[in-house]
Amino acid sequence: MNIVDLMPFSVLVPLIASAVVAMLPGRTLPWALTFLATLISAVIAALVLPAATDVTLSYPFGNWPPPIGIEYRVDAANAFVALLVSGMATLALLWAPISVNREVPKRQGPFYALFLLALSGLLGITLTGDAFNVFVFLEISSLATYALVAYGSDRRALLAAFRYLIMGTIGATFLLIGIAFLYMMTGTLNMADMAERLPEVRDTRSVRAALAFIIVGLGLKLALLPLHLWLPNAYAYAPNFVTIFLAGTATKVALYVMLRFIFTVFAPDYSFVVLPLATVLMVLAVAGMFAGSWVAMFQVHLKRMLAYSSVAQVGYMVLGVSLVTAAGLTAAFLHLFNHALIKTALFMAIGTVMYQTGSAKIDDLRGLGRQMPWTMTAFALAGLSIIGVPTTAGFISKWYLILAAVESGAWWLVGLIVLTSMMAVVYVWRVIEAAWMTERPANLPMVREAPLGLLVPTWILVALNFYFGLDTRLTVGAASAAAEVMLGSGVSGVNP
Amino acid sequence: MLPQISLAGIVLIPFLGAVAIALAAGRARLRNIFCWASSIIFLLAVLGQVAPFLEGETSRQVAWQLLPELTIAFQLEPLGLVFLLLSSSLWLLATPYAIGYMAHGGYTNLSRFFACYAIALGAAAGIALADNLLTMFVFYEILSVSTYPLVAHTGTSKARRGARVYLALLLMTSICFWLPAMIWVWASTGSIDFAAGGILEGQVSPAVAGWMLVLFMFGTGKAALMPFHRWLPAAMVAPTPVSALLHAVAVVKAGVFVVLKLALYVFGIDFLREIPLTDFVLYVAAFTMLAASLIAMHQDNLKARLAYSTVSQLSYIVVGAMLATQVAAIGGGMHMVMHGYGKITLFFCAGAIYLASKKTLVSELDGLGRRMPFTMGAFLLGALCVIGIPPLGGLWSKWHLVTGAFDAGHGIVLVAFLVSTLLNIAYLLPPVLRAFLKPLPAGESSSIKEAPWLCVVPLTLTAAGAIALFFFAGIPYGLMEAVFE
Repeated sequence: MNIVDLMPFSVLVPLIASAVVAMLPGRTLPWALTFLATLISAVIAALVLPAATDVTLSYPFGNWPPPIGIEYRVDAANAFVALLVSGMATLALLWAPISVNREVPKRQGPFYALFLLALSGLLGITLTGDAFNVFVFLEISSLATYALVAYGSDRRALLAAFRYLIMGTIGATFLLIGIAFLYMMTGTLNMADMAERLPEVRDTRSVRAALAFIIVGLGLKLALLPLHLWLPNAYAYAPNFVTIFLAGTATKVALYVMLRFIFTVFAPDYSFVVLPLATVLMVLAVAGMFAGSWVAMFQVHLKRMLAYSSVAQVGYMVLGVSLVTAAGLTAAFLHLFNHALIKTALFMAIGTVMYQTGSAKIDDLRGLGRQMPWTMTAFALAGLSIIGVPTTAGFISKWYLILAAVESGAWWLVGLIVLTSMMAVVYVWRVIEAAWMTERPANLPMVREAPLGLLVPTWILVALNFYFGLDTRLTVGAASAAAEVMLGSGVSGVNP
Repeated sequence: MLPQISLAGIVLIPFLGAVAIALAAGRARLRNIFCWASSIIFLLAVLGQVAPFLEGETSRQVAWQLLPELTIAFQLEPLGLVFLLLSSSLWLLATPYAIGYMAHGGYTNLSRFFACYAIALGAAAGIALADNLLTMFVFYEILSVSTYPLVAHTGTSKARRGARVYLALLLMTSICFWLPAMIWVWASTGSIDFAAGGILEGQVSPAVAGWMLVLFMFGTGKAALMPFHRWLPAAMVAPTPVSALLHAVAVVKAGVFVVLKLALYVFGIDFLREIPLTDFVLYVAAFTMLAASLIAMHQDNLKARLAYSTVSQLSYIVVGAMLATQVAAIGGGMHMVMHGYGKITLFFCAGAIYLASKKTLVSELDGLGRRMPFTMGAFLLGALCVIGIPPLGGLWSKWHLVTGAFDAGHGIVLVAFLVSTLLNIAYLLPPVLRAFLKPLPAGESSSIKEAPWLCVVPLTLTAAGAIALFFFAGIPYGLMEAVFE
């Protein structure tokens, strides 16, 4: 069995497993099977990445040749994202059992089944080469996610989930309209085929509208300012495990699909010419960087703080894209990967604090550095990574992003990037000061260090932050290969 | 004959020491042994480099490949050796002082304290040995972050406020200015390796290089150029051993070392003269020199006065670099050493006075000279060294700086040096005069006596070192001269 035949199982294993998990009783069994399925999916993704870096892999479903049948089409870009998604899901699951036992005490089968559905949806979006398939998988993952968010023990989780449902559905509808327009104009749903046929009809209003619809629709999923409104509450009130999973995966996949449409389907010399896309993305990215960091500095609830920080970090990624250079795209892909590591580590640390103390308010963290030294040290180290201190993964992202801005001659962007990094210093340092430099008030409960089951996965993530800050062969190599693929295949707009 | 270990090994010693100290938490004796061991081994390792280096052996070591074509690499060159010798010798002297001071002062959390102390020294060694801008930046940031817990050590709201200013200014300047400047150099020359004579000449125009220079100089917050000097007075909330070794030597000297290194190994002294903005930085530094002295005169708090004095003295070295003559650069490098020995003595004394009498203000020092003759005698020597009066080492560095200003034809800078020296006298000698010449105020308890010997011996030794440097000034001079060969 060669690697191409194995590839679809990365999506299929979680999808099929979810049906089984839904029916499993108890607590251990559903988790174990979920973990197994996710791990298999991650292993397959890890095997696919080296193969896909050299040549584009294609798997036709049911042996129907591509333009007619559905194909999975994997190159350096989506193999990288698939590995990220399945890898982060595996690590999140390691953290999950203790916390989920608390937050979802009964009937964990359906909960984990929803998780597997969301995962397979995200992986499906990533791997497929069919535009309609993107929509279908997007709906699978989104519907599962709405339900997962609603599992939150806080009653506000229901409202957050409902809001997410409304906005997410609007986004998906926009995407569907866009894809429908493209289908109408080209008569195909295969993305590669679409790219070949689009030049003939490029100067029509329908195609331009399709591009606009798709970008707005995916912008919503991506939480690009001003379409980010669903994100802070969804992240804040979802069960901690769900937040951790979403923070590392959902927005990353949305960004990837957006890039796939902008660069591969439409080609950059189309997307960036018919619409002032570079300017729009740049302005929104900068606004997101600032607004997100600014609001994060004043958040009392730390999960909300990290959520707003995510809005800012999405801004960094989109900023890299908006430069439309190989360096900029490399920076975007790098940050996509590194930010998943950073944010997952941070959310795990805060989730651990919530598990032990029952609160994630900054005032309730006072003096916690003494009582939960391992957890808070993990938070501090991951915090250094989000600031972009050297030897962390965050520094590598920032280096490439600034380098990309310098090479494009955009000096003012360099200024803005470093300025928002300083804002990250502020919101991370508030927590560090509260935890270490203040005494624990007498009215707060004394707590102990968290169980190892939560600490070990958190520290694995922290270690990965430093590992990928020191050994950048995998990340930089894969990110630049991904950027090359995106730009390389994007010339279809000019070629006859 | 001392064994020669690899450069990365030297940098690693204090870090390993920090781990050992942290693991010895709660066991005071073991912790003290580790403190001693790491500083002694570190000094021996540095000394082990001297002989092979003088024989002309050059060692370069790539420790790590961080990004494609970007490495963490170390190389020993004369300027770095000066800085290494300075910080390693003073670390050894500061170790007993810190142990004595922290124990008698009743401080807690000593393992965290000493571990961070050691990390800071390791970071300073990393800066001294850095072979490229990236390596320098990495260790520069480690130094900033690792000293934060030291400044905030007592945990009072005042300490936290001070530490916040400290970290915010240092991180802000380095991330906002230094990092973009480094990436700019990388993008425009394709190299960030240090090379004698500079790497920018012929690669970028003097105008562009001028902006890089401004970014680098203000980005090196640790050199405390105005208006980014506020962190240094803010850092004075730290326990005195921190102010002494870190905020008179390791941290601030790392700052001016970076300035000198950039001037000599990135811009190159000849190219620096062609850059129109060099004079701008020069005048900012000269202004800082005078303004900080003026502020120092009005500080009644002894440590604050010394802190502003440091701000002023650091600018001497920046001026030395920006004058862009060989003599001035040599003077700058020598001043690193001379001021290091002088100022650490002054801080040791300030701490000893506080331990013995709980006095922190200059106006309270009346009559202390007879009670604490060793301490106040050492204070006098330290003050004379910083002012630059024979027979103390400070004379030689200022001599060369003034000669350099004369050579470069910068009359204003020459005047600034002279005025600043007068100001030095005006703010450094009054504490001594009060202590020796005025009587103890009536009603003052006469029970004040010298601080514990663990504190008095080190400050006597550093004062003796300041005298010795007058006679052995040839060593730093020779090393600095070797930079230009």
